[in-house]
Amino acid sequence: MTAAALFFYLFSAVMIASAFLVVTARNPVHSVLFLILAFVNAAGLFILLGAEFLAMILVVVYVGAVAVLFLFVVMMLDVDFAELKQGFMQYLPIGATIGGIVLLELAFVLGSWSIGPVTTMHVPTPTPQGLSNTAALGSVLYTQYFYLFEASGLVLLTAMIGAIVLTLHHKVGVKRQSIEEQNARTAKEAVELKKVPSRAGI
Amino acid sequence: MSVGLGHYLVVAAVLFTLGVVGIIVNRKNIIVILMSVELILLSVNINLVAFSAYLGDLTGQVFALFILTVAAAEAAIGLAILVTYFRNRGTIAVEDVNMMKG
Repeated sequence: MTAAALFFYLFSAVMIASAFLVVTARNPVHSVLFLILAFVNAAGLFILLGAEFLAMILVVVYVGAVAVLFLFVVMMLDVDFAELKQGFMQYLPIGATIGGIVLLELAFVLGSWSIGPVTTMHVPTPTPQGLSNTAALGSVLYTQYFYLFEASGLVLLTAMIGAIVLTLHHKVGVKRQSIEEQNARTAKEAVELKKVPSRAGI
Repeated sequence: MSVGLGHYLVVAAVLFTLGVVGIIVNRKNIIVILMSVELILLSVNINLVAFSAYLGDLTGQVFALFILTVAAAEAAIGLAILVTYFRNRGTIAVEDVNMMKG
């Protein structure tokens, strides 16, 4: 068994185990942490496949942003998670049944489908002209798929605006800085001179 | 025994099944449902990257990149809706989501 095969089995075993624990963990914080572990192992699989850029993106975007967002929401919401876990045993039989059926279907699809001789040999990096994976991906992405790239940027912009619109709410009675008002203030209206009579006060 | 395309497809199929089971089993906890959706999208990504590597075509990796984008947007919007819902109702139980029922 080569080192690549060894690492494949290691990464995939840890990934599937942690995905199972994401689904079954009692505490959602543990679920998020196992999700991070699953994503890191998937990044390892991507590196084995020669997709280094996607592996790094997976670590940066998922582990760095999405998982931390999940963790933030789980910790921010004060939810009684024990109550949410109530129906777990009730839904377990039907979940296991449907999961078994889906797995069986996928096994049938994979079993009936023979992999041709060309595809069994591993092309480590499907990159032309000795480019690195990132450079090759960029040359494809920014030429052939440029409009899709722009559209994905629009998707992200929409998501950002949507998230801000959904979660932003103005509290009444909060004092905010108003720069226009500050700039429009003159000494004439801000300072008032009072003639104080002696021994009387204001 | 060398690792072939089929090995990656089997791993992705198992991961997909775990995601589907997670959606059904955790029907009350929408946070875990969102995480299960992420697992499903990850399994699709593994399929795309495996095909891309074994067929020598970079298009699969480009599409995996787009799926990552959509998944990140989906997670952000889903969690924002969740926060708004929790603020209004004080719970995140999925069964109570019937406010728009006629």
